[in-house]
Parts: sequence; C-alpha cells; structure tokens
Amino acid sequence: MKSAVLVFPGINRERDMARALKLASGREAAMVWHAETALPEGTDLVVVPGGFSYGDYLRCGAIAARAPIMDAVRDFAANGGLVLGVCNGFQILCESGLLPGVLMRNARLKFVCRDVHMRVERSDTPFTRGYNAGQVIRVPVAHGEGNYEADEETLKRLEGEGRVLYRYCSPKGVVDEASNFNGAAHSIAGIINERGNVLGMMPHPENHVEDIMGCTDGRGLFAGLVAHLEEAA
Amino acid sequence: MKARVTVTLKSGILDPQGKAIEGALKSLGVDGVASVRQGKVFDIELSGSDKAKAEQALKAAADKLLANTVIENYRVELL
Repeated sequence: MKSAVLVFPGINRERDMARALKLASGREAAMVWHAETALPEGTDLVVVPGGFSYGDYLRCGAIAARAPIMDAVRDFAANGGLVLGVCNGFQILCESGLLPGVLMRNARLKFVCRDVHMRVERSDTPFTRGYNAGQVIRVPVAHGEGNYEADEETLKRLEGEGRVLYRYCSPKGVVDEASNFNGAAHSIAGIINERGNVLGMMPHPENHVEDIMGCTDGRGLFAGLVAHLEEAA
Repeated sequence: MKARVTVTLKSGILDPQGKAIEGALKSLGVDGVASVRQGKVFDIELSGSDKAKAEQALKAAADKLLANTVIENYRVELL
C-alpha cells in the first residue's frame, strides 16, 4: 500500500497517521505538502489527517479544502482512488465537496478528548473489511466540531445506501442519546461517498494501533485497506 | 470601494453558539431577548469602481469560500 499523507499548516496528527500506515503496510507513507499540485506516482491511498489546519479559521477545514493539492485529490477520488479523512480531515473532505454534509460545533459546546465506542455498520467496504459488521470498537476522539449534520434528504440517502460505516454507541453497541456525545445526526461517526472510495470519520483509529497505546481496535481499518489493495493488485 | 458580506446560518440549522450567547444575555438581565443566531461579517475593500463587477466578485468569494452554502446564507452589500 503506497499511501500519501497530506500536510497542511496547523495539522498535528500526520505523524501518528504515518506511523499507523507504516505499521499496517510495512511501507513509509509519503508526506505531501498542501502547496503541491500532484500526488506521488502510484499512490493507492490518500489520507487527510487530523489537527487544526489554518487554526480552524473561517470554518474548520474551509481553507485547507481550497489548497492546491486538493484538486489532485479530487481527480484521484474521481478515478476511484481511496481517500481517508480523519477528524480535521473529515471536515476538510466535507468542505471540499468530496463528502456531503458538514461538521458543526459539538451540541454541548465542549471540546471532547477521550475514548468513545463506535459500531461498525457493515464489513463489506475497503474501510471496514478488517472488522465484523456490528462489531464495537474503542477509539479516541479529540474535537470541538464533530457534530455531523446534513439535510433530511442527504441523511435519508446516506442511510438508504448504507453509507454510514461507523456510528457512536455504548460499549455494548447500543446507539443511544447518551453515547452520542457530540450530537451528530443519527449518531454518525463516519460516512463514505456515493462511490464508496472516500471515507470521512471523526474518531482517530491511528491512535489505537499499538499495545503501548492501551488498545489496538484501530488496526482493523488499516489492515482492511492493506488487504483490499493487495487483493486489487 | 468598500463592501460587506454577511454570512448567517440557514433557518433550521442548530446553532449551539447562538443558544449559549442567548443564555448569557438572559443571565445578564438584558430584557426582551427572544432568541440569538450568530454569524459572520466580512468587510472587504475592492480595487476598481465597477459596481456590477464588484458584486460578481463578492458573490464568487462568498460561494467559493466565505460561506458554506450547505448550512449558511450570505448577503452582499456595497457600502
């Protein structure tokens, strides 16, 4: 798996992401500066990492979404390339139009930094094949603006087309109000685009991939991507 | 030429920040506040004096960057 991690000013999770990608694939990820206009030759996976690009000025991810490299990412996605956006990366993908909807201020107005549980809704996608459908995984979140919102019609389409891949839930896998800590519509933690090759999610799977982190529940996502790309090759 | 672009949340979009401000105003004892919605104001200086062109440029600015039209409306004024 040849992955490219985008780097914007103010991003701070790119190294965690590169480490997780190397752990899963055995290959060093390419770090791609936002001012570049092309992705490295042969890129299989583009990752938009978390952080606070441009200090969250204007709207989270708004300025990064208009960076020169994003045109290359749009082309890459249009050709079926896999794109993963985590946290600020999810916000950037929404702002760039690669994913529908928007991440609003957390409903209780607080920045939330802790482990949460999410339910894997289906296992037949490149982004979830490392898990079983219905499996509950524990991953950290760290965001103030992760409250996913979209108009009714979009939400209906997302649900109808099975595009909600990850949903906040209780440790036992129950999706309820109490576990929906940021107030996201339908407890949405992660969604894919219509074609199924672009995933955006608020939680940080890259921070639960090694024993020293206290949990390895995030590994499945990266292992699944590696398996998918090996099979496709 | 001076211009102002005002960006506001569409009606129906939850505005937790506005709600918090509303709560603060009420606790300050400011009378008669029924509700608060927060938004953004951009004061922009434009070179040139063609009003139609300016309006076009401001609309482009709002559509491309200043507003997220999924959740926000905007208003352009030449001052």
